[in-house]
Amino acid sequence: MNLTIDELHTLYSSGEAQPSEITKAVIDSIENKNERLNAFLTINREAALQKAQEADADIKEAVKSKPLAGIPVAIKDNLCTTGIRTTCGSKILGNFIPPYTASAVAKLEAAGAIIVGKTNLDEFAMGSSNENSAFGIVRNPVNEDYVPGGSSGGSAVAVAADLCSISLGSDTGGSIRQPASFCGVVGLKPTYGRVSRFGLVAFASSLDQIGPFGKNVKDVARTLGIISGRDKYDATSSDEAVPNYLSALTGDIKGLRIGVPPECFGEGLNAEVKAHVEAAIKNLESRGAEIVEVTLPHSKYVVAVYYLIATAEASSNLARFDGVRYGYRAEGVKSLHELYQRSRDEGFGAEVKRRIMLGTFALSSGYYDAYYEKAQRVRQMLCNDFAEAFKKCDVIATPTAPTPAFKLGEKVNDPLAMYLDDIYTVTINLVGVPAISVPCGNSSAGLPIGLQLIGNHFDEARLLNAAYACER
Amino acid sequence: MPISKEEVTKIAALSNLALTPEETESFAVQLAGIVEYIDQLNELDTGSVKAWQHRSAGEAATSYASREDIAEASLGTQNALSNAPDADEGHFRVPKVI
Repeated sequence: MNLTIDELHTLYSSGEAQPSEITKAVIDSIENKNERLNAFLTINREAALQKAQEADADIKEAVKSKPLAGIPVAIKDNLCTTGIRTTCGSKILGNFIPPYTASAVAKLEAAGAIIVGKTNLDEFAMGSSNENSAFGIVRNPVNEDYVPGGSSGGSAVAVAADLCSISLGSDTGGSIRQPASFCGVVGLKPTYGRVSRFGLVAFASSLDQIGPFGKNVKDVARTLGIISGRDKYDATSSDEAVPNYLSALTGDIKGLRIGVPPECFGEGLNAEVKAHVEAAIKNLESRGAEIVEVTLPHSKYVVAVYYLIATAEASSNLARFDGVRYGYRAEGVKSLHELYQRSRDEGFGAEVKRRIMLGTFALSSGYYDAYYEKAQRVRQMLCNDFAEAFKKCDVIATPTAPTPAFKLGEKVNDPLAMYLDDIYTVTINLVGVPAISVPCGNSSAGLPIGLQLIGNHFDEARLLNAAYACER
Repeated sequence: MPISKEEVTKIAALSNLALTPEETESFAVQLAGIVEYIDQLNELDTGSVKAWQHRSAGEAATSYASREDIAEASLGTQNALSNAPDADEGHFRVPKVI
């Protein structure tokens, strides 16, 4: 079944299908495939079917006014949904039922979307393979022996396996773009501040951003337009005007200056990924884009900077999980202090504890200047590098990930090797600019490869159009 | 930089984590490996660079910081306690502190 928004709206307009039929088919398909893929942690069967039935009556009219009327969507399970369990893939929130809904999710619902379920993720969005969930690994539908990427692995799989039309993920260091690349779908991390983070369980507050997955750039553009904009519940959300992203998709990229940084095409890059990404850039050139060389001289330091800043912020954000107000509480404790310590040690998984420890170390007395402060200085140098690069170009092109999807289990015992998989994506969050991953071919083993296009702050319209041209 | 087990124990205490001896052992090795990798930042002279601060990177100006101070309905006691592992008479209950 083709579940793109245009396709479903055509069926709804002509009366060939109703939201209740589509929703039932989608949920049946989830229940059928989920035992194997494990992409969903909660299937929202009853509520989704009820909402779809309510939408049936005037769906022909609704598709004209509501951009997501009757569209099945999946939501990463670190976005709060009133009345629907929200676990963050963690034992510590295993039974948490939020009393409020994330603003981005509320906007999708207001646009007519039907939430079919909550998707699996690396615990607290910490991971690059979706092997860190307390509720089991997620499999890549392209080849089930391979990881789907992470941390928004479930949301990428849900779109790739036709278990929804679009989904939401969150991206702190590549958690939308890398799984999009591994599963062969489109995934966008918007500019920091473009989308309200209210209701997103915080990992690293200066890096986190919510964004959409879709089968194509058009669906991603449409979804971005719905979830963007100022929200009084997130003080860092921007009041920058939200352009019409759909009308920006002309496919005309004549004169678009595409910067190619040699630092992102050197050592460590898989040869097949390199060949496909270079071919995709050539294709854009043949369509009228101008290729310019730009330099990102501090690229080799980005993973070090990222893992200091992200973990420092995480160590602070995750201090709230203490077994008192919500979530898991250890049994048989004798003191308040023991309650905190044991609830946290029993409730968090290994990767989350590792990151809390690293972040606490980076912020601790005696190490703060050498690590956290140093990382923030290098972060400023990275921002300066991008500001220079964007004087010469409109969009920057790199691979999304250095390799196609790797095998399940391949990197679980080597955290540093796993971190290095994020080498092309983490910088984007440190600098706060938007970036999109679009499929650009398959490896000889049949695994998808993603091209990453990076835009300047709040320049998503141009970025999306460049990505749209890749699909032509 | 090597990280001793004592250091791991100290960081765990600061993190409010009661690590098992096995966790302490494996984190000492893993954190040392990660910190050694991170130490490559020392190659960079950052003396003349200011540390990054929120919204310092040329992002578009926003009026994000302030709003009218108008009272609105809050979460309410019942909602706020709805996920509590142990609640009683409108309060969160914890082991005796004093």
